Amino acid sequence: MSVIAPKFRLGYFLKSLTDNIFWIIVLLTLVGIPVIMIVLFFIDLPVLDGTLVTPFLAFTMIFHPETGVPLVKSLLYSDFFRIAAFPGFGFAALLAAGTIFAERKLLAKLQLRVGPFYCGKFEGILQLMADGLKLISKEIIIPAKADKPIFWTAPVLFVATAAAFVSLIPVAPGWVVADLDVGLLAVFAIIGFFPIITILSAWSANSKFPFIGGIRALHQMVSFEIPLILSLLGVVILTGTLNLSEIVESQSNYWFIAFLPIGAIVFFISMLAELERIPFDLPEAESEIVAGWLTEFSGMIYGLVQLGSYLKLYAFAALFVVLFLGGWQGPMVVPPFPAEIITHGIEAGPITVQVPGLPITTQEMLNGTLWFTLKTVAVIFFILIPRGVFPRIRIDMLLSIGWNKLIALAFINIFIALGLLYAGVLGPGGLL
Amino acid sequence: MTARLPPGLQLEKVDDRIMTLNVGPQHPGSGHMRLIIKVDGDLIVSCDPDPGYVHRGEEKMAEYRNYITNIPHLERPVIHDSCNILYPYCLGVEELLGLEVSERAKYVRVIASELNRFTYTLYWLGIYGIFLGHSTMFMWPMGDREFAIDLLEKLTGARVTHSYFVPGGVRNDIPANFEDVCLRQINYLEKRLKTYADIFYDNPILIARTEKTGVLSREDAIRLGTTGTVLRASGVDYDVRTKEPYDVYDELDVHTNVLKNGDSYDRSKTPWLDMLESCNIIRQALEKMPKSGSVRVKLKPNPKGGNDEVYKRVESGRGSLGAYIVSRSKPEPYRVKLSVGSFRNLICMPYLLKGEKLGNMPAVYWSLNYWPVEADR
Repeated sequence: MSVIAPKFRLGYFLKSLTDNIFWIIVLLTLVGIPVIMIVLFFIDLPVLDGTLVTPFLAFTMIFHPETGVPLVKSLLYSDFFRIAAFPGFGFAALLAAGTIFAERKLLAKLQLRVGPFYCGKFEGILQLMADGLKLISKEIIIPAKADKPIFWTAPVLFVATAAAFVSLIPVAPGWVVADLDVGLLAVFAIIGFFPIITILSAWSANSKFPFIGGIRALHQMVSFEIPLILSLLGVVILTGTLNLSEIVESQSNYWFIAFLPIGAIVFFISMLAELERIPFDLPEAESEIVAGWLTEFSGMIYGLVQLGSYLKLYAFAALFVVLFLGGWQGPMVVPPFPAEIITHGIEAGPITVQVPGLPITTQEMLNGTLWFTLKTVAVIFFILIPRGVFPRIRIDMLLSIGWNKLIALAFINIFIALGLLYAGVLGPGGLL
Repeated sequence: MTARLPPGLQLEKVDDRIMTLNVGPQHPGSGHMRLIIKVDGDLIVSCDPDPGYVHRGEEKMAEYRNYITNIPHLERPVIHDSCNILYPYCLGVEELLGLEVSERAKYVRVIASELNRFTYTLYWLGIYGIFLGHSTMFMWPMGDREFAIDLLEKLTGARVTHSYFVPGGVRNDIPANFEDVCLRQINYLEKRLKTYADIFYDNPILIARTEKTGVLSREDAIRLGTTGTVLRASGVDYDVRTKEPYDVYDELDVHTNVLKNGDSYDRSKTPWLDMLESCNIIRQALEKMPKSGSVRVKLKPNPKGGNDEVYKRVESGRGSLGAYIVSRSKPEPYRVKLSVGSFRNLICMPYLLKGEKLGNMPAVYWSLNYWPVEADR
């Protein structure tokens, strides 16, 4: 068994790195700067030192540290940035894309293959970009008898719902798109939308295999939502709040997985079923019903559904981290911002530059983001692993797991939480 | 509309609850054939297998070519198991022409056909894995298959379609140092095969999923005329290698693996046990093989048989595989008929799938050890 792979040489490796960096710089100048201009055009124009910052002025200011840093800081704290980039869509999409790539490489290593290899010169790092370009350039074929408006709307709705789910996740203290007092309730409401969108898209394709897949997805999602919601009630009982940020705050000493392991296991299994991951990928069982409810999707519509499902995967993993693994809580590993830069400025040889507006972000935010990302990646790893180990299960086995076992376990979990609360171990006056 | 449409395309409504699914030929879970399945909810009401999409008329073609030129195209129906599908033909032609095969050639044939059982069964196992959604079980056998293919390439010069067996022996002698390489790789393959149990055959989800599905009782297995692994999984101790030994199988210690339950799980496990048994057979054959001697009988151009007919059969990867050859004193055979295990096992599919859940369809279908191309010939 031989793997067709070139021998590793440092020179080639460095050359490929510089090649990649070259193309990244070219893309940034061609795409990034116009995007910045457009973004600056649409956001509320800030006033710095009495001058209104117009897009052109901002473009000139961005290359000067004295004016650039406050500009970046004002952008960083705008709502647009929160929704589009950091705790919102961009961060989630980046993690989702990383998940797709990691899944392919991980599964390949497990199965004694190499996985994506040629695209991007280094371990197939640009494979996702190539796949995206391929999907964009493909023709979108719609079945003749399909209900066209709904067929078009369903994938968009799917991505939108997944993005709404992402917006509820607190990543770092204060860094959340929508900080709702009923955050967990909103999560349940959003999860309830997925079966509706799935059955809409499956029905609108007017084809047999999507229809069967949609009905299976409906069965699966509806029957696993009940243990999913019940398994989270333990956490709500212990904290007495539905606000996700406050739930994370209350885990500063102990993570809830230490007290509610049964709830965490039930939530994890229900999560696999909600995400249609192996061994619960019945709605997409290719040897029985082609690709299930995705059968008639082609081109970028299919790409949208994939994006949506991986966003959903990230959101569920993040929810697991928030509820059971203490969210952003963790030992402080990020060094504090050096104070002399704020007071004395940056010394670069003979010149000393006094930069206002530093530090851009706080130490807590960087540390929280780091721990949150690490924990989420670990949970995603455990979501991906079963794909290499388990075969698909059958619909009757699935329903019996959902209704007979998981609901019973979820009730046991609730009783454990109540016992901990009334015994005074947790709750007011307890360990928390 | 007076003309009756073919089944599966009928427009009249039978029952509102019944939905007709065309599984194949363009379907990831069908192979080169079509299954017309009628489902009521999740239950299969009836299943009508519709093979014939890859019929190539191999038997008719064999009537226009002489006994030697028939070899490369008669192996086409199962290119992964090409030594075994040529085996009964060569045995039959040898009897018609009155050829005596040397002892060494007989052992080389046994080694080649057991290696071919590996290449076929590992391919089959890979597809069984992906049919059940187990992608690792698809990749591992496909990778390990390379060892058997490498050995066969050393032996015959080709990775598939070896055209190795000829009437009167085998085409060429084994290369130098083949015994050592073969022994080493067979030992490694056996070790790898045992790891399949950890990830696949002992997997609780797989056992829960395939146990007690598509149960074929002992009586039904005999009555429906199944053969090979399907028959042995139902508790019938029948293997052509031990019951009607050909070549040197009577000198080797061949153990027949028989399981009792006759469900999809047992049917999927029997080929794996057979592969482990093949390792033992190859080791024995390597040990007992004469170290030198000719492997092929020199034939005259266009040899003619007498006014005779012959039926020979061997145990292939899918079951007993017979060749019926009629000779009419000409260089070409008058009639060649291959009796293949695939088609015999296909016959019990509608019987097994009736009343099963739709999710069991791939498990039952592929556990029948059925190769569509061979069934169509």
